[in-house]
Amino acid sequence: MRVNVPISAGAWAGLFSRWDVLAFLLILGLLVFLGEASRHLFEPLTALQQQPTSLDPRNLPEYAARTTLRMLIAMVASLIFTFTYATLAAKNKTAERLLVPLLDILQSVPILGFISVTVVFFMALAPGRVLGAEFASIFAIFTSQAWNMAFSFYQSLRTIPTELEEATRNFGLTPWMRFWRLDVPFAMPQLIWNMMMSMSGSWFFVVASEAISVGNTTVTLPGIGSYIALAIEHRDLVAVCWAIGTMLIVIFIYDQVLFRPLVAWADRFRFEQEPGALAPESWVFDVLRRSRLIERLTAPFAVLWQLTFRPHRPDKPAAPMPRISAIGEGRFAFQAGLIVFALAAIALWQTVRFAIEGITLADVMTTLVLGLATLARVVVLIAMASVVWVPIGVWVGVRPRAANLVQPVAQFLAAFPANLLFPIVVSIIVAWKLSPNIWLSPLMILGTQWYILFNVIAGATAIPNELRAVGMNFRVRGWLWWRRIALPAVLPYYVTGAITASGGSWNASIVAEVASWGNEHLQADGLGAYIAQQTDAGNFHKIVLGIAVMSLFVVVVNRLFWRPLYYYAERKFRLG
Amino acid sequence: MTAALLDIHGLRQAFPRADGGEHLVLEGVELQLNQGQIVGLLGRTGSGKSTLLRLISGLSQPVGGTVTYLGQPVNGPAAGIAMVFQSFALFPWLTVLENVQLGLEALGLPQPEIRKRALAAIDLIGLDGYESAFPRELSGGMRQRVGFARALVVHPNILLMDEPFSALDVLTAETLRTDFLELWGEGKLPIKGVILVTHNIEEAVLMCDRILLFSSNPGRIVSDIPVDLKQPRNRLDPQFRDMVEKIYVAMTARKAGPTQIGTAPATTMFTVLPRVSANLMSGLIETLAAPPFNGKADLPVLADELAMESDELLPVAESLQMFRLAEIEGGDIKLTDIGKQFAEMGTDDRKKLFARQLLAQVPLAMHIRRVLQERTNHVAPKSRFLDELEDHMSTEDAEHTLRAVIAWGRFAEVFAYDDDSEAFSLENPT
Repeated sequence: MRVNVPISAGAWAGLFSRWDVLAFLLILGLLVFLGEASRHLFEPLTALQQQPTSLDPRNLPEYAARTTLRMLIAMVASLIFTFTYATLAAKNKTAERLLVPLLDILQSVPILGFISVTVVFFMALAPGRVLGAEFASIFAIFTSQAWNMAFSFYQSLRTIPTELEEATRNFGLTPWMRFWRLDVPFAMPQLIWNMMMSMSGSWFFVVASEAISVGNTTVTLPGIGSYIALAIEHRDLVAVCWAIGTMLIVIFIYDQVLFRPLVAWADRFRFEQEPGALAPESWVFDVLRRSRLIERLTAPFAVLWQLTFRPHRPDKPAAPMPRISAIGEGRFAFQAGLIVFALAAIALWQTVRFAIEGITLADVMTTLVLGLATLARVVVLIAMASVVWVPIGVWVGVRPRAANLVQPVAQFLAAFPANLLFPIVVSIIVAWKLSPNIWLSPLMILGTQWYILFNVIAGATAIPNELRAVGMNFRVRGWLWWRRIALPAVLPYYVTGAITASGGSWNASIVAEVASWGNEHLQADGLGAYIAQQTDAGNFHKIVLGIAVMSLFVVVVNRLFWRPLYYYAERKFRLG
Repeated sequence: MTAALLDIHGLRQAFPRADGGEHLVLEGVELQLNQGQIVGLLGRTGSGKSTLLRLISGLSQPVGGTVTYLGQPVNGPAAGIAMVFQSFALFPWLTVLENVQLGLEALGLPQPEIRKRALAAIDLIGLDGYESAFPRELSGGMRQRVGFARALVVHPNILLMDEPFSALDVLTAETLRTDFLELWGEGKLPIKGVILVTHNIEEAVLMCDRILLFSSNPGRIVSDIPVDLKQPRNRLDPQFRDMVEKIYVAMTARKAGPTQIGTAPATTMFTVLPRVSANLMSGLIETLAAPPFNGKADLPVLADELAMESDELLPVAESLQMFRLAEIEGGDIKLTDIGKQFAEMGTDDRKKLFARQLLAQVPLAMHIRRVLQERTNHVAPKSRFLDELEDHMSTEDAEHTLRAVIAWGRFAEVFAYDDDSEAFSLENPT
């Protein structure tokens, strides 16, 4: 199964529409607003310091539980966001025009660099300071989960077969009932895969967001992330290994207890049954399904749920569909447009003021140059990862037994928060006195390269047996086989994986280009390091600048390179 | 006398076109459905019959005219009008029972009654024992039975059927039709009237009390044919055959106006072209040229012989007519002299003849060729022609028409088309 493409749907039309520009402005305005607000809220908070007192491994289960809980809360928030935002985008043509580009650009904002700002913001908002830090951490995790889930849901809603949609209307289902009987079930399989992706991605954030220092303030929340931060400070390699081990177990439990059952359950919602595809299995799901006790416990809730499906006035037929006159809709669109333009104008004004206040042209040039340095790293790393993983992925994918073994491992590795491994790599760099500009770079792709691998495996698995038989029949071998059969067949899948990997690498650069081991500090030249430095210095103007420039880089690379490549691959090489 | 169940007056439906104009789908539709009637809407793809069905059910709103159901205007999905869909439209994640219960739940009935009525409907339609099955476990015929049960369980006054048998194989479809007619005849169905959309002439004659014949582009009712044969009807009955023949004549004569009966209607630059492959056309010519037809065939007989439905055969026959390779008259198709020559030829000569006819009889092909010749590099983008077509037809039709002419142009080697660059050119790869 392939995850959906993390770029906006719809035909490839032009590089940037005016809606993209608007969306970018709005997001920029929001960043500036948060940065500005945090700057003023910053001072009274210097005292807070709450961190795990010990590196005792016996505390790890508790820390792991707290880390996990943060993720679950963020997941619930992401689901609520998905159900509302994506539904609005899919059902309201006027809203859609702004909401989709907005989501597209939100995805490109490296929120990892912004955790510092949100920490300060949320701590000031919340009554208790620890609670504020918790909010900030959860918010950071939320931002790493929500966008692609919302995209997946939006794309599913747009592809609901017309006849099913007509059936719900013909039989007078209320919008609420329709949502739960048609929209959600139809979107469920894709959504669950995206939830898994989101979870994988967000381990990285949860770990990074637990120990934050802004200026002189250090905020640490009890959890695996702050445990590892403490271990780094103490140069305690054993503690690092304990943390890694704990994480492996946590992810394994997560996979077995949450996602496998969900995938097995969601299989019933699959619209087309691909022939030959095995139904996913899960022992937890089987136990739950067969248990009478569970059935009895859940039955009352099912009945209550059913009650919400009742129309408000059962005696009356379904209300007639409001006949939307073209003029009425036009007026609404006009008003909405006015508001959006007004907001964009405010955002622009705020940004300009903010920029004049604390940013010079030289700063902008610096960030652009540093951005190019990080871009070079991302390009080289993606190219290297592709050269390594594409052949391996194809090799594995055409061997079903190998694929069955490797695929779960690759997905597992993608879920593992690579930043836990950073200390090990960094300690090696320190010990051997290697150049940080080169050797810190691989950290950026440590966690994201697996997306390339498992997408390529999925692509190779999907090559029809007949096509492979043709290859054998005509003795197509060696380079010709790769050029004519394997590479074209996996290209759409590869592009999907590479887009995710490259986006993730940009984000990771913020924690990967700067690393420390005890009191040794390593630093590469790049935009990620720049953002990290400015965070340490508590310079909110420059944090916002760095993030804005990085978002711009990601958006431009997506539009200029990945999106055209994806549509080309999709049009030319889509099988069947 | 009872009032009509359904009264449609001056109905008109159109969609906005790319150039700001509108694409007319239905025009001036008048229709009454009385108690106890099965009315068939028969027409070709693009004649707007399915659109009409959606207007009746309130799933979409017309731009002009009225739909009145039991004296009330329909302006939203009406309770009492239920639909059976071509692709079944079952929810794959609900069991048979849950699918059938859906409409009742939406009515907000108490749970015991929902269950009782759903089980009764399942029983009636012959789905006993399948209550807990999921749609994917069922064959096409059983799935459509679920579709019927789901529609009947809400006790609608009017049942709308949108080509309900066309996704089924011949035998299954026949069983389902017979079962339905039997229940209907015995008065066991909780419905008062039926509207059936179909493109299958025999199906219409088998099931309907009245057949409304639709023309295409835009859809209009061109004739109203009562079918007075007694149920159960026999396909081999001479009267049945006559009726089928009569409808074939009506459907093929339709396009030619009264002044030009027998000759092909004029094809213009902006005629919507059918996507019929050159191979299919050659195949039909060969069949016609060979015994037992020897150049002339009765269309229903030909359809039977080729095991094709009218909707599949007619576009091919009409393409031959457009190329002046055959003539259609009075339900018969006859090869022209050119058509007979074509049948005798080898592949290369056929291509040449096809090219000649294409350029002479299909103005769009000639137009493309001329534009390419006029340009110095002999290349023109697809969008150039697409834009031109879209001023006169819907985007979808324009795309189809261009695809049709590309396929013919390639076969005839009168121009080449590169799908990667989306460009026409004069050079053929050698």
